[in-house]
Amino acid sequence: MGKLKGSRRDRPDPSAIAPRSDARAPGGRSPPSPPLSADALRASATTRPRRILVAKPGLDGHDRGAKVIARALSDAGFEVIYTGLRQTPEQIAAAAVQEDVDAVALSILSGAHMALFPRVLELLRERDAGDIPVVGGGVIPEDDARELKRAGVREIFGPGTSTQEIVAFFRKELDAA
Amino acid sequence: MTSSAPSVAQLVSRLREGDARAAGRLITLLENDGGGASEALSLLHPLGGRAHVIGVTGAPGTGKSTLVDKLVALARTQGRTVGVVAVDPSSPFTGGAVLGDRIRMQRIATDPGVFVRSLATRGALGGLSRATGDAVAVLDAMGKDMIFVETVGVGQDEVDVVKTADTVVLVTAPSLGDEIQAFKSGIMEIGDVFVVNKADLPGADQAAVEIESALSLAEEAHGASPRWRPPVLRTDASRGEGAKEVLSACGRHWAWLAEAGGLAQRRASKREAEILDLARERVAQWARSDPQARTLLAALAREVAQRRIDARNAASVLLSRFRE
Repeated sequence: MGKLKGSRRDRPDPSAIAPRSDARAPGGRSPPSPPLSADALRASATTRPRRILVAKPGLDGHDRGAKVIARALSDAGFEVIYTGLRQTPEQIAAAAVQEDVDAVALSILSGAHMALFPRVLELLRERDAGDIPVVGGGVIPEDDARELKRAGVREIFGPGTSTQEIVAFFRKELDAA
Repeated sequence: MTSSAPSVAQLVSRLREGDARAAGRLITLLENDGGGASEALSLLHPLGGRAHVIGVTGAPGTGKSTLVDKLVALARTQGRTVGVVAVDPSSPFTGGAVLGDRIRMQRIATDPGVFVRSLATRGALGGLSRATGDAVAVLDAMGKDMIFVETVGVGQDEVDVVKTADTVVLVTAPSLGDEIQAFKSGIMEIGDVFVVNKADLPGADQAAVEIESALSLAEEAHGASPRWRPPVLRTDASRGEGAKEVLSACGRHWAWLAEAGGLAQRRASKREAEILDLARERVAQWARSDPQARTLLAALAREVAQRRIDARNAASVLLSRFRE
């Protein structure tokens, strides 16, 4: 989807180059600064945030890790679509397409990754969304990780990966500021 | 995998065939206001106007998402296709957001007759994202029969949802206590259907009575007859109780709008506001980006600060330059 997405994101926001109001009143007192307009807030707070789906496929009920990742990515300026526990691959693929995310992050601790991850990839391809990168995290043995990456999972984060590493990965992968 | 990015026209024609991928991409394109956005809007606009747009708003934690989930499921059993645009706040500090409305919309997530899109406010005030209207336009052009717009949790004056919705459902809950008061004086005027959710909790009846009495006051003040009298309904959305009544009240309001000829008028007056907003934005953008305009603006600002000209007249000077 390179072209469509690349072009709009690199477009400079005209309001970002707004001149600062530094005119001083004759009395030497600065005029009160105007309240930030919604426009200015948009320009300062966000420059076209990237969207990441954080989902937990499978039946284990441990979503602490997924929530920590969601929070860390949000704090790093990403828009995280968090779908909660026990997602089927169908739900994940449908959400990724409807939300038009830039990446899908799956957290799984149940051991069913060899079945669920490839299924998500397959469903994304079926929906013309095979270009959305999928990454995984959780208790995943190295051999499995290698195989999943061969199957098209972009990256696997094992236990002990720091949130900084994950944020850095997405910044690089999604070419965000 | 697609080899090249489809054109805007291709996306729109795939959208008309009901392609969710195209819908998702078009919303992103419009939300980011990038190249092709105006082309997309000009193609989408003539295709829309058919959907009943229902805004769902209210204070945080009143159960808006849960209610929307139930309303959507119900509309589906009636054979109607549905779009949902759910807005959550962006952090004003990091620009990031956690959009969690889908958590409560699991059941409808894989139904091909339903399309759910979460939007972050990205600094917009008023309870919606600036792209909300655009997302609605996409889902409308896609042929959805009903489109639910769920706002962020709002306080008193975040009433932008009226600009987008034909029918506004205002949700409150009994536990809010004093907030009912705020609700009365502020956001009260925009509701077409009032919902007291969590009606299983104590205080629900009193909340409903308070809303009723505020509504009849308004009626006495303005005269009743041609106006729509908003119903006050009690729901327990987590168990689906009362959802049916809410959906049918929305349907009655829609029929009333169509019958009284109010729909065209309501939509036209909203479009008026939208055009003015856009025009204002364009002037502001020009004044900040055009080098000559920036020079003029800076000069005018100095003049105003030195009391040689007042701000109103300075604005007139700026506007007359814009017209040239």
